[in-house]
Amino acid sequence: MSAFNAIDDEREIDREEFTPALEPQPTWCPGCGDFGVLKALKQAMPEVGRTPEETLLVTGIGCSGKLNSYFESYGFHTIHGRSLPIARAAKLANPGLEVVAAGGDGDGYGIGGNHFMHTARENHDMTYIVFNNEIFGLTKGQTSPTSPMGHKSKTQPHGSAKQPLRPLSMALNSGASYIARTAAVNPNQAKQILQEAMEHDGFAHVDFLTQCPTWNKDAKQYVPYIDINESDDYDFDNTNREEAAEMMFETENKLHEGEVLTGRYYVDSDRPSYQQEKQNIGEMPDEPLAERYFDEDYEWERSYDMFLDKHA
Amino acid sequence: MTDDELIWRIAGGSGDGIASTSQNFAKALMRSGLHVFTHRHYPSRIRGGHTYTEIRAREEPTKSRGDGYNFLLALGDSFARNPQDNAYYGKEEIKPLSENLDELREGGVIVYDSGLLDPSEIPNFDERVEENGWHVFDLDLRSLAREHGREVMRNTAGVGVTCAITGFDLEYVETLMRDAMKESILEPNLTVLEEAYEMVQEEYDVDAPDVSVPTGEHDEEQLLMSGSDAIAYGAIDEGCRFIAGYPMTPWTEVFTIMSQNLPELGGISEQVEDEIAAAALAIGASHAGVKAMSGSSGGGFALMSEPLGLAEMTETPVVLVEAMRAGPSTGMPTKPEQGDLEHVLYTSQGDSNRVVFAPGTVAEAYDASRKAFHFAYEYQIPSIVVYDQKLGGEMVNVPKSHFDRDPNPTLGSTLTEAELEDAPHSEDGKFSRFRHDTPEDNGVSPRSIPGQKGGRFLATGNEHMPQGHISEDPDNRVIQMDHRMQKLASIREELDSDPESSAQTYYGEDDATYGIMTFGSQQGTVEEAVSRLNDDGHSVKSIGVTDMMPYPEQEVTEFIESVDEVLVVEMNASAQFRGLTQKELGRFGDKLTSLLKYNGNPFEPAEVVDGFKENILGEEDLPQHQTTSVPAAGD
Ligand SMILES: Cc1ncc(C[n+]2csc(CCOP(=O)(O)OP(=O)(O)O)c2C)c(N)n1
Ligand code: SF4
Ligand SMILES: [Mg+2]
Repeated sequence: MSAFNAIDDEREIDREEFTPALEPQPTWCPGCGDFGVLKALKQAMPEVGRTPEETLLVTGIGCSGKLNSYFESYGFHTIHGRSLPIARAAKLANPGLEVVAAGGDGDGYGIGGNHFMHTARENHDMTYIVFNNEIFGLTKGQTSPTSPMGHKSKTQPHGSAKQPLRPLSMALNSGASYIARTAAVNPNQAKQILQEAMEHDGFAHVDFLTQCPTWNKDAKQYVPYIDINESDDYDFDNTNREEAAEMMFETENKLHEGEVLTGRYYVDSDRPSYQQEKQNIGEMPDEPLAERYFDEDYEWERSYDMFLDKHA
Repeated sequence: MTDDELIWRIAGGSGDGIASTSQNFAKALMRSGLHVFTHRHYPSRIRGGHTYTEIRAREEPTKSRGDGYNFLLALGDSFARNPQDNAYYGKEEIKPLSENLDELREGGVIVYDSGLLDPSEIPNFDERVEENGWHVFDLDLRSLAREHGREVMRNTAGVGVTCAITGFDLEYVETLMRDAMKESILEPNLTVLEEAYEMVQEEYDVDAPDVSVPTGEHDEEQLLMSGSDAIAYGAIDEGCRFIAGYPMTPWTEVFTIMSQNLPELGGISEQVEDEIAAAALAIGASHAGVKAMSGSSGGGFALMSEPLGLAEMTETPVVLVEAMRAGPSTGMPTKPEQGDLEHVLYTSQGDSNRVVFAPGTVAEAYDASRKAFHFAYEYQIPSIVVYDQKLGGEMVNVPKSHFDRDPNPTLGSTLTEAELEDAPHSEDGKFSRFRHDTPEDNGVSPRSIPGQKGGRFLATGNEHMPQGHISEDPDNRVIQMDHRMQKLASIREELDSDPESSAQTYYGEDDATYGIMTFGSQQGTVEEAVSRLNDDGHSVKSIGVTDMMPYPEQEVTEFIESVDEVLVVEMNASAQFRGLTQKELGRFGDKLTSLLKYNGNPFEPAEVVDGFKENILGEEDLPQHQTTSVPAAGD
C-alpha cells in the first residue's frame, strides 16, 4: 500500500486542473514568452498522464521562476540557481514523482551553471526547462550568459565583450540524454517537446526561447523559426552524438545571425538514468525511500545492532 | 604529577600509519579495563610532516588530555622533506623525536627508531635526558621490522616494545590484530610484535622506568568511539537515510561513515558538485519525505548559507553538521578551533531561525545528533550540530549501553493522506500548509509530502500565504514571521520541560565560589582543570553548554548568579561564546572574564588552571601559555 496515492493515479486529466484558482493570472508583461512555457506545460501534462499531485515543479528565481505560482501542482520555488539540486534529490527520495525543474538563462546557465553541468552529467530522470530570453528579466534587463556579444545593457554600457554561452552544446558535453530547443512562438512544437522530455527516462534539457519584450527589445521575437527535424534543409541523425554536436553548433551560431532553429537535437534512449545506475551498484533502494517513513511494518535498523561491534 | 596513568605518544610522519596503530593500541588498553582518551595532531599533508597521536589510559574515567606525556615512541618521518638551506621547515626527519620533547614528564620513557633517527641532531639531547631522568631506548625498529616482516611494520615493533617496557599483556594486542588484520599481513605482524617484545625484555632493563600500564576494570562493555562516529550513529538511529556532501576536513569523517553505512540500510549518499548543492539536496530530499542531512566545515558551510535560509523560510526540516577548523578562509585545515559559532548561528539573510547544538563529549555528540533530528522534523526547522576537529577525531571509551535505544524514524509533523482530508485547504483544494492558526500555535503546522493526495501546496523562499503563494501583505507577513519565530520558544519550552535531560553538563560542587563556562569540545578539559583546582583547595565548578540556539537562559543565568565570578573558556580570538551569552542574557558583562586560545591546539588542563589563577584569583608568576585573556567589563 502506498502512502502516495496521487502517484500513478489512472484517471482523466483536464489541463484546466493545472490552473491555480488562487493565482490564475500571471503577472508577466504582455507579450512575454513565459506565457508560452506555461501554456505548453499545461497542455503537455494530460498527454503525459500526470496529475497535479504527482508532479513536483521546482523553480529558480527570475520572471521564469514564478512559473509554479501559476501552475497548480506540488511546487518548490527555491533560490537563484538552485532548482536542480533540490529537484534531483526529490526524485531520488521518491522516483514515483514527475519532477520538472525550470528557471531562467541567468538562473540555469549562470549562477546555477555548475548544477546544470552535474545534473546533466549524472543523467537524473527529470526534465529541465530553461526560459532563455537572453537577458536577466526580473532584475531589469542586465546582460545574461546567453546575451549576444555586443549586447548593451545598463551594466554593460559598451556592449558585452563576452561570447554567449552555448546551452545545447553544454548540455551535450555534460551528458544530458535528451536535448531540445523550442520557442514560445511555436506552441505545438513546444508542447510536444515538453511531453517527450517528461516521458524521456533521463535528464531532458529544453532550451526554451522566450522573448522578453520589456528588456530585450532589440531581440527578435524568435520568428520565423525552423524546425530542424522537419525542414528539408537539415538532414541529421539526432541519435548520433557527432551529428548532434554539429547541428547544435550551427544552431547556436545562427541564432545570433537572426535565424531561429529549433527541434530535438539529441536523443539517447539507451543510457540508463542515474537512478538505475545507482540501483545497479546497490546504492539506492528499489522501493521509494519516501514510502518507508509511512510504512508501519518497516523494521528500522539501529546502529547498536549493526555497526557497534567493530568499536568493541 | 601522577604516574598512575600512561600517556603514550606515538610520533612519526603523516602517512606512516600512526592513526591505525594508535587506534588499535587504544582499543587494547580499553579492553584491558582502562578508560582511554586519544588526541590527534596532524598536518594538512598527505605524506610527511610531524604527526602524533596521544593515548591517555587510566583506571578512572578520562575526559581530556593530561599535561604532557610519559612515554614517547618516536618512529621517524619516512616522507620528510630533504633539509635545505633557507627552507623554513628545517630538518623534518628528526621532528618525531625533537618536537615537544620538553613536555615529556620527568622519568619518562623515550623509545626511538635508531634506524631513522639520530639524536645527535637534537641540541643538548644527552644533557636533557640526564636532567629529566628520562629512560632512553634506542632500537633499530626498522631493521627488526624488515627482518621479520616488512619495513612498514615498525609501528607494530614499537607497540611490542611498549608492551615490554610498560608490562602490558601482549595478548590484548594480539587478539586485536587477529580481529583487524588480513591473513597475509597478520603472521608477519605477529612475529614482529613478539620479536620486538622479546628483544627488549632480554636485552634491556625494562624495569628501570617507573612507567607502566595501570590496571582497571569496567563494570559494563565499552566501545572506542570518536565524535564523528557518534554523530553519524545518532543520525542513523533517527532514521536519517539520505546524506549529500562534498569533502572537507574535518567534516569528511561524518560524511564517510554515513556513506559507508547507508547502502546497507537502503539509504542514499550523494557526493555532489559543491556545498550549495549538498545543502540543497538535503532540503530537496527532506521536502520529498526522507530524513536527510548534509554538512561541511567552515568554508563549505559558508556556501550553504543561502539554502539554510531557504529551509528556514519554507519550514523544511534538515540537519546540517559543521566541523569547525581554524579560520579565516582555508585557515589551518587540520587544526581545531571554535571560531565558527557566530557563523553557524547567524549566517544567511534575515532573522536567523534555527537550532544549534554544540556537544561536549563523544556520548553527547550522539545525543545532540539525535536531538537535532528530533527538533528539525518535529518543528520543521534546520538544526545544526557544530563541533570541531578535536571532538570529531578524539577516540574515547563510551559504555555500549549508551546506544541501546529505540530508533526514532518518524518524519515528525507530517500528515498522512487520511489526515490531509480533514486538514484546512483553500476553496479549490490547495492545502494550507503554512497555516498559522494551529490550535496551540507552537510554530508548527504539519506538512504534506509531494505525491500525497490532497496535499498540494507551494513552498517558496518568498514570503507567502498559507497555501504558499507569494504575498507581501503586511499583516500576513507579521503573522508568518511570528509563526516561524515561535518555533524557537516552543523548542526551548520542550527542552526545559525535562530538566533531567538537560544537555548542559555541570561539574563540581553546587555551592562553589567560582565558575568556569565553556561550550563544545573544551568541556572535558575544563572539567579536568576544575578537579585540579578543587584538589588544590579552590572552590570551582563548571558548566559545559551544549544548547547554543535556543539558548538555555534559565540554566546559565542560575549558574552565573550562583558564583562570584566566571571564567569563560573558548577556542577563538573574539570571545564568541561569551558574546552570545551576554546577548542572550542581556547582562553579566561585568562577571564574565574570557580565556581564549587560537594557536591551532585545544586547551590543555594546565592552561585553564593557570588562566583561572591569573584572571580570577589574581595570582602572578604563573607559567606562560599561548592563551589570551579578556577581562570582564569594568575590570
Ligand atoms: C543569489 C542571488 N543573486 C542575485 C539575485 C537577483 N536576481 C534575481 S533574478 C536574477 C536574474 C534573472 O535572470 P534569469 O535567470 O535569466 O531569469 P528571467 O528573469 O530572465 O526569467 C537575479 C540576478 C538573487 N535573487 N539571488
Ligand atoms: S521582464 Fe521580460 S521576462 Fe520578465 S515578465 Fe516582463 S517580458 Fe517577461
Ligand atoms: Mg532570463
